[in-house]
Amino acid sequence: MTAPAFQLSGVSKSYRGTLALAPTDLTVPAGQTTVLIGQSGSGKSTLLRLMIGLVRPDTGRVLFQGTELTEANVLSLRRRMGYGIQGGGLFPHLTAAQNICLMASYLGWPQSRIQAQLSELVHLTQFPESGLNRYPSQLSGGQAQRVSLMRALMLGPDVILLDEPLGALDPVTRYDLQTDLKTVFQKLGKTVVLVTHDIGEAAYLGQCLVILRGGRILQSGTLEQLIRSPADPFVTRFVQAQRSPRDELRAAPS
Amino acid sequence: MNWVCLLSLLAGSTLARAEEKRAVVHVGSKSFTESVILGELVTQLVSSAGVRAVHRQQLGGTKILWAALLSGEIDVYPEYTGTIAQEMFAGAGLRGEEAIRKALADRGIAMTGSLGFNNTYAIGMREERAERLGIKKISDLAQHPELKLGFSNEFIDRTDGWPLLRDRYGLPQREVRGIDHDLAYRALESEAIDATDLYSTDADILYYHLRALDDDRRAFPEYNAVLLYRAGLATKAPEAISSFSRLVGRIDAKDMIAMNARAKLDRAPETRVAADFLSQKLGIATAVREPSAVDRLLLHLREHLFLVSLSLLAAIAVALPLGILCARWPRAGQVILGVVGIIQTIPSLALLVFMIPLLGIGAKPSIVALFLYSLLPIVRNTASGLQGISIDVRESAEALGLPDGARLRRIELPMASPSILAGIQTSAVINVGTATLGALIGAGGFGQPILTGIRLNDVGLILQGAVPAALLALLVQGLFEILARVLVPRGLRLPSA
Repeated sequence: MTAPAFQLSGVSKSYRGTLALAPTDLTVPAGQTTVLIGQSGSGKSTLLRLMIGLVRPDTGRVLFQGTELTEANVLSLRRRMGYGIQGGGLFPHLTAAQNICLMASYLGWPQSRIQAQLSELVHLTQFPESGLNRYPSQLSGGQAQRVSLMRALMLGPDVILLDEPLGALDPVTRYDLQTDLKTVFQKLGKTVVLVTHDIGEAAYLGQCLVILRGGRILQSGTLEQLIRSPADPFVTRFVQAQRSPRDELRAAPS
Repeated sequence: MNWVCLLSLLAGSTLARAEEKRAVVHVGSKSFTESVILGELVTQLVSSAGVRAVHRQQLGGTKILWAALLSGEIDVYPEYTGTIAQEMFAGAGLRGEEAIRKALADRGIAMTGSLGFNNTYAIGMREERAERLGIKKISDLAQHPELKLGFSNEFIDRTDGWPLLRDRYGLPQREVRGIDHDLAYRALESEAIDATDLYSTDADILYYHLRALDDDRRAFPEYNAVLLYRAGLATKAPEAISSFSRLVGRIDAKDMIAMNARAKLDRAPETRVAADFLSQKLGIATAVREPSAVDRLLLHLREHLFLVSLSLLAAIAVALPLGILCARWPRAGQVILGVVGIIQTIPSLALLVFMIPLLGIGAKPSIVALFLYSLLPIVRNTASGLQGISIDVRESAEALGLPDGARLRRIELPMASPSILAGIQTSAVINVGTATLGALIGAGGFGQPILTGIRLNDVGLILQGAVPAALLALLVQGLFEILARVLVPRGLRLPSA
């Protein structure tokens, strides 16, 4: 069995006296997709940002592949993680290709290696080659998200951290991207940690689901475990808080 | 044809180099016509004695000239005994020439004998109005409290000016306004004011049909024209002292009024007025070179661009890091913005005067003053440009593992560039306008013709400075718009999809 990707022990965080995350332990296994779910303010984004060191914990330790994240090593460790956020967080003054290759060219990769990696990523994410020279303001929401994913994958990271990557997309684009993301995750076989508030998306993409509420982990496990043996009434409520058009159709008088 | 030009240029430059090795005498003058003419007389006399002399014209008021003389920025300038006793040594109670000489000698300054005229203060009214009210003497003013008085700022402030006059005569007028001496005549003409302070050798007394009121209680001290010079000049260039000392006792009040009238009313250049006087009265022929209008324009342009570009470059070099500091540490930023904001509120003339003891006169203090004024827009726009970058973008750069410096160079500064450039543009345009004030302390530029124009009441001359300065400001504005197209990354100029 391989070492876990992340081990968090006793990690907590407050912002100006408001508790965002109570002392929490969590182990993220390598090679599969873990989904952090919960409502707004549940602490799921804070948890993700602690893993990549954008937020320093008030207490506890964050271990990435067995190494504790410190001020000194956080820059180099981040280069082994890919990070994407809602809307993409693209740099507006750089083209799609420049956004993707920024870090590689900063690290002095030879041009041939950059090009090879870029065309592989374009193929993987099914991004139109012609869009590479466009600026972020010229891209659709779905395209921007694909560019963001390519940027996260450029250096060949061991783990991918995604914070609501599909928020703010229209349902059709979202549906297509969910399909494509799952394909990408399966092809790469990498560790993925994904934050979402959509239980359907979580169930579709993730093997391990972690439900948070009020800065605490309520339960973690597979979807089946969450449904069969919920640790808290809220878990059941959250899992069931879904509407499907099919339900409406069934309820409608024929 | 061309090689002749080239040869003469070469000859000229070698000549200039040879001259530099010898002592240079810097002559100063205040910013009114009589002082400029006297300064010109001294300059031409010193030159005719074979000593290189440079005239730093119309440097401003007494404080500036006195400070420049003490610091050695100038070697000699025309002054009046009354000003020395009442203003430069105020409170010392100097009486008589010997006391003045001694006080000056303690500061390393020497004084010539009187040049031959007493240019004291006088109070002037329009002849016709004074006649109607029956005012002949200053004491008559006490009967007319309704009169509006407009005095030069220097006259209002100095202890031997308005305060002395008011106390001596018990004048009741409440409405006393500060007004530029040269604008005062126009104000008299348009009846915006009823009386103003004059110099008794003013050409305008005749031109504007003014009545100089009799100083019946002898409020004003004697203002004999003299030359003040650094005692060190006796070793540096003794022939200079003997040359300008030839003026002593040679200029009477009538001569001075005539010269003032020629310069002010006939618009003859001061160099020409001085040269004519020297050849007629002293029999000295001096070579007068009057540059063409184009030469003058180019000279002023060069001086102006020098002031603006140097101060702006320095401001960018300092303000950009300060702006970054403000964005990174908002606490420190408040202090920085507060300080550069306070600098902005210092009146430019005051700032220039503060600079003189530290940096002397000329381009140096002007550049420092312009530099200080240029800081605020650049600091503020840099800070706000950086702070305006969304947290998403900033964190994305951080999450990539890009170090601090690289984030700043590759992401944050390019993204803030439109705002930063706009700040620099604002500074540059304001700078072009403010640089005209540099002429007050001898930095030249387009302020020079403006200053001379105001002094001579010559609108044409004012426009010769004001129009090019305005055009230059527009040009700078346009230049920065082009620059923005080149420097601002294309992705930031696109309309969003």
